[in-house]
Amino acid sequence: MASTKDRKVVEMNTFAGLRKLPLWSWIWFILGLLYFVLPLYGTLDFSLRMQRDVIGLKAYHMAFADKAFWQTFGYSFFLATMTIIVSICLIVPTAYWIRLRLPEARRIVEFITLLPFVIPAIVLVFGLIRLFSSPITLPVAGIVLLPPLTNTVFGTNVLMVAGYMVLGLPYIYRSVDLGMRTVDVRTLTEAAESLGANWYTIILTVILPNIRASLLSGALLIFAIVVGEVVLASFLGIKTFGPYLLLLGQQRSYEPAALSFTTFLMTWAAMGIIQKISGGQGHVAGAH
Amino acid sequence: MTENTLPPPKVRVLNSKIGRWLGIVPFFIFAFLFLLWPSFRLLIGSFTDNQNHFTISNIIQLFTVPTIRDAYWLSIRISAVSALGGGLLGFLLAYSITVGGLPRVIRSALITFSGVASNFAGVPLAFAFVATLGRTGFITAILMRVFKLNLYDLGFSLYSFAGLSLVYMYFQFPLMVLIVAPALDGLKREWREMAENLGASSLQYWRDIALPILLPSILGAIILLFGNAFGAYATALALAGGTLPLITIQIGEQIQGDVMHNMNLGYAMALGMVIIMAISLAGYSWLQQRTERWLK
Repeated sequence: MASTKDRKVVEMNTFAGLRKLPLWSWIWFILGLLYFVLPLYGTLDFSLRMQRDVIGLKAYHMAFADKAFWQTFGYSFFLATMTIIVSICLIVPTAYWIRLRLPEARRIVEFITLLPFVIPAIVLVFGLIRLFSSPITLPVAGIVLLPPLTNTVFGTNVLMVAGYMVLGLPYIYRSVDLGMRTVDVRTLTEAAESLGANWYTIILTVILPNIRASLLSGALLIFAIVVGEVVLASFLGIKTFGPYLLLLGQQRSYEPAALSFTTFLMTWAAMGIIQKISGGQGHVAGAH
Repeated sequence: MTENTLPPPKVRVLNSKIGRWLGIVPFFIFAFLFLLWPSFRLLIGSFTDNQNHFTISNIIQLFTVPTIRDAYWLSIRISAVSALGGGLLGFLLAYSITVGGLPRVIRSALITFSGVASNFAGVPLAFAFVATLGRTGFITAILMRVFKLNLYDLGFSLYSFAGLSLVYMYFQFPLMVLIVAPALDGLKREWREMAENLGASSLQYWRDIALPILLPSILGAIILLFGNAFGAYATALALAGGTLPLITIQIGEQIQGDVMHNMNLGYAMALGMVIIMAISLAGYSWLQQRTERWLK
């Protein structure tokens, strides 16, 4: 489908090009390009000028020499990995089940996966803190079902991962669902079943490998959301990369610029890979 | 799409109608615990007073307490300005790479960097603009050196309404490109040719044919951009600390220390945000459905 569309565009371009030079198009494009590039150039330029009158990587050396950078970044990386793993374990079977056995649940599940677009991170963390900072008890007998999660390190980590799963839910669900549509999980399942495979085997060895491109792009998007995330981490009091960078920005000037530029390169890498595997379909996330 | 269910699996319990729903119970438990219940808690809290009785005074106070009302209004204005500005630039860019006649290489490059830029937000984005348009930013410095213009003497400040709008536009216009480019692709060449054969000028074609067809899609996209900026928190915090009291910043202060001295009022502030976001998303999806009638 994409190729016919592309051909049409090429044809149109040659026709339009013969008629007149698309001057205004170039002007808008250059304007957009400047908007995009100038702040990045500004950051790079600034980050290289830590030493007076010398262009060099000193700010990068300093930033990467800080132990707190590696600790917080490692922590973010760990949380992102956990979020990705648990999300996949939860969403793949759910999407699979809906597609094959429970199409009538599609609407309600899709509605729920869209809710994070309506509930901003700041509101989500507000609700999570209020709900999980006191024990959850059965209303009748007063039996404690769940101790307050915010009181323990483990509980807070659970809350963080759950919160990040919620933030990533719209993207990972859509990604997985689209992947399952394109590889025709139904036929794959029937084939596997006729060979005597059970559900475990089907999901693990047939479905997962076949939707690996969607899984990868969903995972990278979650990674991009989680690594720089500030709201959940700072209100739950977790020392991840986002709050670290925010704090560093108040204390120093060159190192934050260096780390910002590094973050940009990572975003670029993640999105570049997504574009490559999803064939030019733009994805959008939000950690604003 | 037609969805025929498979022949029943070997495990018997999964065959019954209720049994089939068991398959998505984990998802519902997760969604209930970490999404629905916390939201419900805020909803109930919004309509409760300190004695745990029902009240609507918290909701009324959203409109009467000046700091809250101003915070909402500031957030709404800044989201609207950045959505309109980002929407306009994004539309022109999308135009230039689709029907505008730029080479295909440029199209794919622009789509890629739109994907990156719409995801480059929060603290690093704020720092990038400080390095560019801050007091010692490099554009500020160039204007000073070459044109002897001091932006900050002229009344510009990055740490103001205009400054934050400029920063927000950085993730707004790429998002617009990503949403609107497919709609522009849907404009059929025959429509333009027919209009030209009937003697229409380029202006008439855009005014009477192309824009009316694209309008729902453009409006929908701008509404989506509005919501995109409305929920933003980290960018504003990193750029201006607490000096630009957006509603998100106010809620943040409320979470940290109950500055309103009324916990339930804080819940109501959060509820107000959710309602505004819900209205804008509903508007987007309604307009999106109208678009699909023409551009399929």
